[in-house]
Amino acid sequence: MTPDESPEEICAETTDATLGGAPRTGAPGPAPAPNASDAVLCRGLRYAFGETRAVDGVDLSVRAGEVFGLLGPNGAGKTTAIRCITTLLPVPAGMVRVFGHDAAKERMAVRRLLGYVPQQLSADAGLTGRENVTLFARVFDVSRRERAARVDQALAAVGLTEAAGRLAKTYSGGMIRRLELAQALVSAPRLLMLDEPTIGLDPIARTSVWDHINAVRDATGMTVLVTTHYMDEADQYCDRVALMHHGRIRALGTPDDLKSALRTRRRAAPAPATTGTSAHPYPVSTSHPHFSASPLSSSPPPSAAPSRSSDAAPTLEDVFRDVAGSGLDEQSGDFRDVRSTRRTAHRVG
Amino acid sequence: MSEAPAAPPTASADVRPGPGQLDLLLAPPRARTGWRVLPARVLAMCVVELQKLRHDRTELYTRAVQPALWLLVFGETFTRIKAIPTGGTPYIDYLAPGIIAQSAMFIAIFYGIMIIWERDAGILTKLLVTPTPRAALIAGKAFAAGVKALVQAVVVIVIAALLGVAMTWNPLRLLGVVVAVVLGSAFFSCLSMTIAGIVLTRDRLMGIGQAITMPLFFASNALYPVAIMPGWLQTVSKMNPLSYQVDALRGLLLGTHAHLALDYAVLVAAAVAGIAAASSLLGRLAR
Repeated sequence: MTPDESPEEICAETTDATLGGAPRTGAPGPAPAPNASDAVLCRGLRYAFGETRAVDGVDLSVRAGEVFGLLGPNGAGKTTAIRCITTLLPVPAGMVRVFGHDAAKERMAVRRLLGYVPQQLSADAGLTGRENVTLFARVFDVSRRERAARVDQALAAVGLTEAAGRLAKTYSGGMIRRLELAQALVSAPRLLMLDEPTIGLDPIARTSVWDHINAVRDATGMTVLVTTHYMDEADQYCDRVALMHHGRIRALGTPDDLKSALRTRRRAAPAPATTGTSAHPYPVSTSHPHFSASPLSSSPPPSAAPSRSSDAAPTLEDVFRDVAGSGLDEQSGDFRDVRSTRRTAHRVG
Repeated sequence: MSEAPAAPPTASADVRPGPGQLDLLLAPPRARTGWRVLPARVLAMCVVELQKLRHDRTELYTRAVQPALWLLVFGETFTRIKAIPTGGTPYIDYLAPGIIAQSAMFIAIFYGIMIIWERDAGILTKLLVTPTPRAALIAGKAFAAGVKALVQAVVVIVIAALLGVAMTWNPLRLLGVVVAVVLGSAFFSCLSMTIAGIVLTRDRLMGIGQAITMPLFFASNALYPVAIMPGWLQTVSKMNPLSYQVDALRGLLLGTHAHLALDYAVLVAAAVAGIAAASSLLGRLAR
């Protein structure tokens, strides 16, 4: 509701409707106050690649200890936002803090708090699992005395003890993801940042990756910031989610709050399922939702979509379509995004 | 580690780790500060390079073919026709240090391709999010290239020894050879990583790498003395760090007259300048 966001009434509406009674509302809206207990705090974050405004004014706070999901289709700006928080990209406008440390000025301090798993498969195929993890123990200054024990614990935490001596190129996609998780865990990060951790994985491997994330989080109490375009995963595993589209956050809250808010809005509107609202004529019956087509999807199959009524329990995907408006399929993700996503999926599969 | 009896986790099953297994993962490691960061990162990168070489030695063998041919075919032939004034040394002896430097340079000059590959694979991205200053990361990569080139140099020295080249076995001089090979490779790998930071794609870097290696090689004293070159080529050769590396190697291995102080000064300066240039462009690869 800062002046420059005034055209985005949807964003404010959703937040108000969702979190009206909640004690802490987070972003967007009035910029959150700096709080030492916030794992991540973004205020007015902007980043542009030339003319393309990838991140266009993001206000966000991730509370310490929660699993926070940043959702959106390809090209929504999730990865760019993550790369600003990880200090990979400079912060040209706005403010980013990680546990109170400024990501623009205290890069090394921020990096020491982070465990980062990028979207690509970042384990080195020419090294064994143990060597991959040991490299990260070394670059995070784990002392020689502790190194072997720490590496073993990280490998055990993701269930790779037995495969540790094998070259990573012999691993399956799910095992590589878990190896990357071990690489991130070996430095005892307070914030684990996962960019599309389950992209291209089969359902069993996806569940396994999430089980390990949750187990480690339960044991260590670390904060997890995850981006995904699988709405069902976010619904199942995230404490709170932010829906991102065209570089802005369109809704933020717990999955249940967002869904019940949509149900309330649909009841209030006269004929929401057939015509859409005048403010944002979204295609309710889109039969190919490309960004959440997943085997685990809890949303109704495409054939059921046209008959969806305001009484049916909305899914996060419905919430997303509601707040994102039209043109979802045409505008999401340029050629480069899609190519890199497919390449990752190819390497995993 | 010590909790082994409590259901050792397997690669396939989903094992929920018990709290006891993770005790070390609760406390962040104590951070190295100041000057200690650089040697630690360099060591980490060199260890990785050696581990990779240990797992896959194919490159070591295939890269030994070319220097072997240079020594065997070119070296033996030109020793026979005595066309190049070497000041009394047999030509194959004269050539051997040049070929050591050349094969080390060839490895280093294509190191930038690995950086681009690591960038596309996400490996570089992840290293950039570790508490490693960019200059330390580049220095680590540069010296890792040096370590790789050094292993290659040992292979070439063995080949040369088998062909009857009379080289020194004085350990101090050999240490000097090690330093010269590592510094030269550090420079050429940084040159390559600098170009990688400018062109950003493997294809372009391949083309540029191909285009500059041979001129660097021929416009140096690796094959023939600078004195027999035309004037303009002598000028080029004087600006080419490879010439100084070959001069040092020749002086140390064969005991010919060399300007060791100048050679090492140039190599150190070139390596430092290369690291500075490559790390200033590393940000472009992070994008």
